[in-house]
Amino acid sequence: MIAPVVSMVVVALLLWLAVWSVVAHDAFLAVAAFVVYGLLLALVWVRLAGIDVALTEAAIGGGLTGALLLGAVGRLRRTEAALSTEHAGTGTRIAAALLAVGVAGGLMIAVTMLPEQPPTLAPLVVPALPATGVGNPITGVLLAFRALDTLLEAIVLVIALIGVWSFGPDHAWGGRPGPRYSADPNGMLAYLARVLPPLGIVIGIYLFWAGADHPGGKFQSATILAAMWMLVQMAALADTPRTDRNILRAGIVVGPLVFIVVGVFGLWTAGAFLGYPDGWSKPLILLIEMALLPTLVLVLALLMNGPATRKAVP
Amino acid sequence: MTIDNLFALAACALIGIGIYGLIAQPHPLRKLIAFNIMGSGVFVLFGALAKRGASAGLAADPVPQALLITAIVVAFAATAVTVALMLRLIEVSDSASLSESAPSPDRRDR
Repeated sequence: MIAPVVSMVVVALLLWLAVWSVVAHDAFLAVAAFVVYGLLLALVWVRLAGIDVALTEAAIGGGLTGALLLGAVGRLRRTEAALSTEHAGTGTRIAAALLAVGVAGGLMIAVTMLPEQPPTLAPLVVPALPATGVGNPITGVLLAFRALDTLLEAIVLVIALIGVWSFGPDHAWGGRPGPRYSADPNGMLAYLARVLPPLGIVIGIYLFWAGADHPGGKFQSATILAAMWMLVQMAALADTPRTDRNILRAGIVVGPLVFIVVGVFGLWTAGAFLGYPDGWSKPLILLIEMALLPTLVLVLALLMNGPATRKAVP
Repeated sequence: MTIDNLFALAACALIGIGIYGLIAQPHPLRKLIAFNIMGSGVFVLFGALAKRGASAGLAADPVPQALLITAIVVAFAATAVTVALMLRLIEVSDSASLSESAPSPDRRDR
């Protein structure tokens, strides 16, 4: 009896936070509302039976995106006052509201008219899952049945990083991103940055390994590992990396490259790109995941760092 | 009304809220937040449909759920690119305005 009430409260809070983060006067408040919104969204995913999605949402949708926006809002602060005089006209607002209500209303009508017997691919996934050797159906879909999507996603991440890097000034190309953080070496942050990473690395690798049979996987794991690296950077225990280091760049592309090599191997042995020959799926999936992990950790952390702004001192 | 439908309807409302903010808010950072809210509305709608597809002993259809994980990661990557673009815009033009008539101070390529 309590479950529907919880769902309704979550939905009400979610809508309220969404409205607040859109209409709040202060950009910082809007970002703060958005971070809470992202965490609440993870609860929605739990209610929608998507534990893997909930973990990803909490880690990436709420955590990393929130941190990224918080960093941006601090640096955009001085432009905010100049823009506060710039208002959308009443006509634009009314048109925007009408469009928003129209789209939302149309979708709601479509939702109420959904067929009684929903289409589903679950009956196809379940019998085919044992052949892949993994127990978590989400991991099976990500790395066996729809592996092409995951490959393209890894490539999109690398392209996004190239895009972010290319927004840096020319003279800093290949240098270190962002400012050098300074922190009290005996302060709380430095203490946490020494104590938390060992735990975070163990938890991250556990999530990576458990992803084969339980909720978890390389994305959630990579986010935790990237967060540990960010913590060490922010506590000034380590500088941001030089973006022209070959080993860094090799780590960034190793995931997609191994993925493509395995795909071509499948073309040769199993007759289809990304096909796995019988009995080889588990080792090949593991190989792809292990190659993707450094790519994901590096790309997620470097996307947070932003473009290079300081020429590296040789 | 089932719980899945409740979330699906809320997702439609989120998409609407996002569209309004995307058009009505002048600041690019606010547009970005609104766009992310619109995107998450699409994700929740998709997730509610995945929940409806529960069968074969699974609590939800795993194929849309796997695609959602991909979508969340790609949305983060796109947000990161947009933030970098926005910060570069204020660095080069000293203003975050997207308006064509906005006063643009002397442009310096740094």
